[in-house]
Amino acid sequence: MRDETAVAERGAGAAAARPPYLEVVSLGKQFGTFVALRDVSLTIAEGEFVSFVGPSGCGKTTLLRAIAGLDPATTGVIRQAGREITGLPPAERDFGIVFQSYALFPNMTVGANVAYGLRGPSWPKQRAQARVGELLHLVGLADQVAKYPAQLSGGQQQRVALARALAPEPGLLLLDEPLSALDAIVRLHLRQEIRGLQRRLGVTTIMVTHDQEEAMGVSDRIVVMSRGLVEQVGTPEEVYRRPASAFVAGFVGRSSGFDAVVEATPGTVMAAGRLIPAEAARGLLFGTPVRCFARPEDVRLGPAAAAMPGAVEMEVTHVEFLGALCRVALEAPKLKLEADVTPEALRMLGALPGALLPAAMPADRIMVFRADE
Amino acid sequence: MSDAVLGERLPQPRPPRGAPAGPPVRIAASLDQRLMQAGLWLALAFLAISLALPMGMLLARAFQDAQGGFVGLANFATYVTTPSLVRSVWNSVWTAAVTTILVVPLAFAYAYALARSCIPFKGIFRAVMLVPILAPSLLPALALIYLFGNQGMLRWMLFGENIYGPWGIVAAQVFYCFPAAAIILSVALSTADARLYEAAEALKAGRFRIFLTVTLPGAVYGLVSAGVVVFTLVVTDFGIPKVIGGQFQVLATDVYKQVVGLQDFNMGAVVGMVLLLPAIAAFALQRWAEGRRAGTLTGRATPYIPRPRRARDLPLLVLCITVAALLLGIVGVAAWGSLIRFWPWNLSLTLDNYEFSRFDASGWGAFLTSIEMSLLTATIGAAIVFVVAYLLERAPQATRGARLLRGAVGFLATAPLAIPGLVLGLAFILFFNHPANPAGIIYGTLAILVLNSLVHFYTVGHLTAATAIRQLDPEFEAVGSSLKVPAWTTFGRVTVPICLPAILDIWVYLFVNAMTTVSAVIFLYGPDTKPASVAVVHMDEAGQASAAAAMACTILAATAAVKILHVAMGGAVDRLTQAWRRR
Repeated sequence: MRDETAVAERGAGAAAARPPYLEVVSLGKQFGTFVALRDVSLTIAEGEFVSFVGPSGCGKTTLLRAIAGLDPATTGVIRQAGREITGLPPAERDFGIVFQSYALFPNMTVGANVAYGLRGPSWPKQRAQARVGELLHLVGLADQVAKYPAQLSGGQQQRVALARALAPEPGLLLLDEPLSALDAIVRLHLRQEIRGLQRRLGVTTIMVTHDQEEAMGVSDRIVVMSRGLVEQVGTPEEVYRRPASAFVAGFVGRSSGFDAVVEATPGTVMAAGRLIPAEAARGLLFGTPVRCFARPEDVRLGPAAAAMPGAVEMEVTHVEFLGALCRVALEAPKLKLEADVTPEALRMLGALPGALLPAAMPADRIMVFRADE
Repeated sequence: MSDAVLGERLPQPRPPRGAPAGPPVRIAASLDQRLMQAGLWLALAFLAISLALPMGMLLARAFQDAQGGFVGLANFATYVTTPSLVRSVWNSVWTAAVTTILVVPLAFAYAYALARSCIPFKGIFRAVMLVPILAPSLLPALALIYLFGNQGMLRWMLFGENIYGPWGIVAAQVFYCFPAAAIILSVALSTADARLYEAAEALKAGRFRIFLTVTLPGAVYGLVSAGVVVFTLVVTDFGIPKVIGGQFQVLATDVYKQVVGLQDFNMGAVVGMVLLLPAIAAFALQRWAEGRRAGTLTGRATPYIPRPRRARDLPLLVLCITVAALLLGIVGVAAWGSLIRFWPWNLSLTLDNYEFSRFDASGWGAFLTSIEMSLLTATIGAAIVFVVAYLLERAPQATRGARLLRGAVGFLATAPLAIPGLVLGLAFILFFNHPANPAGIIYGTLAILVLNSLVHFYTVGHLTAATAIRQLDPEFEAVGSSLKVPAWTTFGRVTVPICLPAILDIWVYLFVNAMTTVSAVIFLYGPDTKPASVAVVHMDEAGQASAAAAMACTILAATAAVKILHVAMGGAVDRLTQAWRRR
């Protein structure tokens, strides 16, 4: 077990300083003519929690299984702790894995499941038993040791699978959609628990998920993938605030997208017949077709918007109450936006469906991407 | 956020969307992966020697003359110009068709009563339904001869007609094929979605309309399947036409006559090829029906629970009682006949007929041979079938070669379903009796009988095993290897214990079939290895019907004992090894 402060300090910046724990270089995977992974490269530092996120079929699970050796890659190199493992069988690598289905052995008790990997000379019976007890205590299931998996709830089964994967003290923990089979509340609770456990043990962890919110909530860094390519690697904030592509802007977090064309004045675009200032368009040639995105929390409404350049008169079509915030859907010809406002602001603006309101986006918050990308 | 950062990311260079750039990966297989691969190669060798090569030999012989020269289609030309042989084809087809037309509706009504009505004693009816499976097909034929044969007590009912011939065959086949059809239709009818019936009722459909629009369409593939299975069973069965067919020749008896009577192996091979045709057609049709059936019942369906209704339940109860009485009656007649001193003149009871040495040189030895052969077939077979099914499902398939290997073994594992026993038996003689074949040393020994039975009944066991294995989480081996546990340990600690009920089912299936089969082994037994089922045929040929019935009853007693033991033991095994299934 490593000391916690060291782990906590480790972020994206620290990753560059140390030699990477896991290094993936130009990895490719082909099934027949279908290319599942194209030239994927990334590095993961020791103790980091990294999530692979993307829509289904983007290659995130393929990448995880290539790292595990369950379905080896066809080209490229993977190094773990300085050792090349690209073509090695799973048993000769150093990892623990939790599957979406958990794959608990139904005919064995919880204790036997956790003890499954604790065999051989390095795990004498007593030590193995102590380890099982320790892990079940860690995941809060010490009193369930004699039960069969079918007698546990989904969340408990998940914890057993986690304990089983961690029991032989692997250097790398792989989580393949570990929370998808659970209902929303258990999911939220468990993801924090997994993260807490990971922090305490300091084990380098990779989680595959299709849920970008889940990935943002727990990860040190996120790898956004699409169509077998890595779109962006970064901390949750980097990925959210500075998406590297139109795909990432649309996939991570809420955003409203619209098409525009770069105008002659530097830092402006023309969308839906209106000139809109957008700092990000600076440096792009006049006439370039672009795709722009705005986060709902960045969209201003009412008097605050009217004073801003590029304000647009828009009609409220729908208001969704989310608790702390309300999400207002707005429409103008050829332009649709979403804006988050507090319920009080909503009342003051009178933003009921059918109302007309000025809306504007701060020039430095509009995300602009070439349309041909 | 500075605009410099935003500006930077716009003209981002992209890797070309062509071939991946990294160096090719050399995949190192682990010991367990290599072992699984080697296991599949062994399975391929085993199935090649015991199935592919003999069948290839049979195919070759159909195009050769007696001296081994290639004669092209000459044998087939002789075949189609010999009227007696061509007539057999027609005879086989029409008796099979009539049997199918009789059995399928009867089995449907019986299965419908079990699945969709509220009649009492369903457990008993279900058990009685399976009785004919446990007896050799000769048993109903012998019982019919007792009743309607030349000395039959009910012969007057035939108005001077003769039971020896097509109608005797059809009657015996109805009895013999009933369980197969009833099992298939029970399964088809037991999986109904109650919501469909509720919807139909809500739309005010009458009972008859519901039956036509909901029940029948749901069972249509079951009906196709049952029809196909019955037709194939009749065409390929040898025991019944041999015993009760008289002068009425069918394809199965033709093969036997050509080979055993006339020693004309080439013509035997030709008839064998002809016999293979309906079986292959049935196999293809069955595959088609199974493919269509998928998805008729979703996981969210609500099971249909019948409510009592006298107008439906009472006639169905009468039908079930009648059918069950007939099934038991036929077995009863055979059992009774085996205890009669001299049918029909001296009806006093005796056990003399069970002193088999008085009738056949092998005596009780034939029965012991059968038991030994069946135990070996079941034990070796269950192990091989299960391991091969496991390898097929779980061996790594990273390379093209591995996928081709898996395809080949998978095909050979399902092919025996389409090969009639007689054809396989003939293929075995041709292959193992060939002077140049070193494997010929097993010819005439118990080993060839075991090998033949194993291959003959391979597919049903294989499908049972594959179904059981497919229900396991596909990641068990992956979890094991991530924990550095080799696949064989996971196989022994997880796969086998979970699949134990299925393995027992396969064992019993192989045992029962090895005990009752006639068609495959009749070509293959040696002087010291005559099985009981063949002894039945021989005693019947020699006119010792009572002794034949006695031997058939002995076989039935053995299979019934094993089946009862299976049911009893199944409960105990479940309690010991399947405790985890309880919540």
